[in-house]
Amino acid sequence: MLSREMTKQKKEPLFQMVKRDYIAPSKALLIRFAAVALALVVCALVIIAITKQNPVEVYGGIISGAIGTKRRAWVTVRETVLLLLIAVGLTPAFKMKFWNIGAEGQILIGGTCSAAIMIYLGDKLPNALLLVMIFIVSILAGMVWSLLPAVFKAKYNTNETLFTLMLNYVAMQIVTFCIVFWENPSGSNTVGVINSKSKGGWFPSIGGSQYVLNVIIVLVVTILISVYMNYSKQGYELAVVGESQNTARYAGINVKKVIIRTVLLSGGICGLAGAVVVSGGSHTISTSTAGGRGFTAIIVAWMAKFNPIAMVVISLLLVFMQQGAIQIASQFSLNENASDIITGILLFFLIGCEFFIHYQIKLHKKSKEVQS
Amino acid sequence: MKKLFAMLLSAAMVVSLCACGGADTATEATSETAAVEETAEATEEATAEATEPAETAEAVDAAGAADIKVGVIYIGDENEGYTEAHMKGIDAMQAALGLSEDQVIEKTGIPEDESCYDAAVDLAEQGCSIIFSNSFGHESYIMQAATEYPEVQFCHATGYQAAGSGLANMHNYFTAVYESRYVSGVVAGLKLNEMIEAGTITADQAKLGYVGAFPYAEVVSGYTSFFLGVRSVCPTATMEVQYTNSWADMSGEAEVAASLIADDCVLISQHADTTGAPSTCQTSGVPCVGYNVSMISVAPDTALTSASINWGPYYTYAVESVINGTAIDTDWCKGYAEGADCITELNEKAIAAGTAEKVAEVEAAIKDGSLKVFDTTTFTVNGSSIEDLIAEGGDYAKYADYVSDGYFHESELASAPAFDLRIDGITELTN
Repeated sequence: MLSREMTKQKKEPLFQMVKRDYIAPSKALLIRFAAVALALVVCALVIIAITKQNPVEVYGGIISGAIGTKRRAWVTVRETVLLLLIAVGLTPAFKMKFWNIGAEGQILIGGTCSAAIMIYLGDKLPNALLLVMIFIVSILAGMVWSLLPAVFKAKYNTNETLFTLMLNYVAMQIVTFCIVFWENPSGSNTVGVINSKSKGGWFPSIGGSQYVLNVIIVLVVTILISVYMNYSKQGYELAVVGESQNTARYAGINVKKVIIRTVLLSGGICGLAGAVVVSGGSHTISTSTAGGRGFTAIIVAWMAKFNPIAMVVISLLLVFMQQGAIQIASQFSLNENASDIITGILLFFLIGCEFFIHYQIKLHKKSKEVQS
Repeated sequence: MKKLFAMLLSAAMVVSLCACGGADTATEATSETAAVEETAEATEEATAEATEPAETAEAVDAAGAADIKVGVIYIGDENEGYTEAHMKGIDAMQAALGLSEDQVIEKTGIPEDESCYDAAVDLAEQGCSIIFSNSFGHESYIMQAATEYPEVQFCHATGYQAAGSGLANMHNYFTAVYESRYVSGVVAGLKLNEMIEAGTITADQAKLGYVGAFPYAEVVSGYTSFFLGVRSVCPTATMEVQYTNSWADMSGEAEVAASLIADDCVLISQHADTTGAPSTCQTSGVPCVGYNVSMISVAPDTALTSASINWGPYYTYAVESVINGTAIDTDWCKGYAEGADCITELNEKAIAAGTAEKVAEVEAAIKDGSLKVFDTTTFTVNGSSIEDLIAEGGDYAKYADYVSDGYFHESELASAPAFDLRIDGITELTN
């Protein structure tokens, strides 16, 4: 439509945008790499403008912050798989075009239930039993938290975006309420490290590494969901519902049932992510437990177009830069916002490059006549 | 001209299409870039004065303390009074011991959650042999790190769990800040007297307002000592305390100060970290006493002084102990006599006449021990003295260890404040 408007003018513009019919996957990949490279250059320029340091040193700092020591590398892995897990959890809902932006709340509720089990049963049950219980309960909690918007969507076609978003704040208030009872030491308004002595409900170290179980859980869930989405009847059904509910109905799919089932699945995985945060990483609960990951994961899932491999790559890229930014913040006396700046620039370019994948820029030659 | 217009138009289209290409996330991207500009400015300012401890440089210095590395975890940054005071203390330590910039690694803006643990173990892995952390809620994460790195010394300000933790490398530190609060209370009391003499208020209207952070001992001990300082010179004074439930909440503190002023409080003090309350006092023309840093820059006409802590002596002591291989006190708490507490500069424009002389007299009495801040003859709880209440037993019996020789031994059994009695004359407003 835009190009038609332009051709109406006598004087032609310098260039024109044309929607691409097809782009070779290799070319699309190349554009994306170019975007990442450009983003890194711009990040470097911004950081140099602020710190007046050699860019090589700054990137050295980022790499050292993300993978410089064994522990840092493991923290990067922990954060990456966590982001991946949430993105995987969002995938079925988003594929069905159910805009679940309530992952944040589902994580918090899953995390709160895990913390509750750790606090009340931490020294009463063996750890293996405790962990199984934590997984089951946190999944159920995430499901319950997503049940409400799912049922309302299926029955009354309410707006799930607002519904899930608002439930995030409800979840946050529930966490604040629980902190009143769990705070340790009292008056500090924080829960502190739960079971720091007995380590009840903590993920056990496997082979000397603390976060191996996190990786295993996330890999298993990712593979299962990927199979579910691509090879199961239910996965096909939810894709059809996403494309057109009328088509789905015509094909004899019970749309309401599919909506509720899919959203429960999505919420359950996000609830599990809450358990992975609390039992497998932070060992505490606070309103910052989800830490915006529920929103970042939307970007991850969407940019990866639900491809699990791409989700791994994007999660890793984002987490790598965030962890690196923490290091350069302390190395060059910046504050925590440095990490937001870098993530912002990175996302800007990654999202911006989609334009060049979908559209082509054509430069005009002066002599050429306008054809309409 | 037309060509230029066409160019502009097409440029606008590119931009708008770019925005469409981003679909769902475009708004987020733009708001993030807006934030980029904002923070870029702010950080530029910050780096101008801040130092650059480089972790990579492993330069061996000629000085005796050549191979020591010090790690610091701050709840805030230099824009927040409490952390700023700690940063000054660290700088003083660095200067006193002749440490180079890359021997001190500072992490700012570390919240009271698992990020604190991550920061602590990361500092330990960077080779720090002593790590400080400055916020109450950091304690359990620091203790967790202390368990894993027994060879590294961990020092936590305002906490109280070191002695009971059974960890030899875990320490608590604080200063007898109630002494500086008492002195700042004397300054406030003299101001009230001046207002009573001038006829602006009657003696019965001498009501103070206090902006508190959280309802626990550190704050209760603080406002009580301030109040006792006021009452030592202005016996008719009463006080209202209201909490913000946050250590640093600029707008919340301003709001609480405004509501206290609306409630007829004629002088405001605070135990919260921002300049919210003093800026409200400046606009309402109400005198105020600040905390940590001088508030004269925000309230040039109404700020009297601020109760402050000088952390330098502790940081120097602790790092020096590590260099010399001597043990660090599990609980460290020093006060006026050792230069760990002070009040900031008196604002000549706002204070009552004769304040400086009176302050010097009180300070001398605190230093030589003749004046005890929590003298039990100066306050009552529900109309009775604390000694009588302890003798009666019940809920007050637990204070028996603290009260002897006619005063409450604040911060002597452990470095963290313990005085949490609600004394007569002070009303806590709960919202």
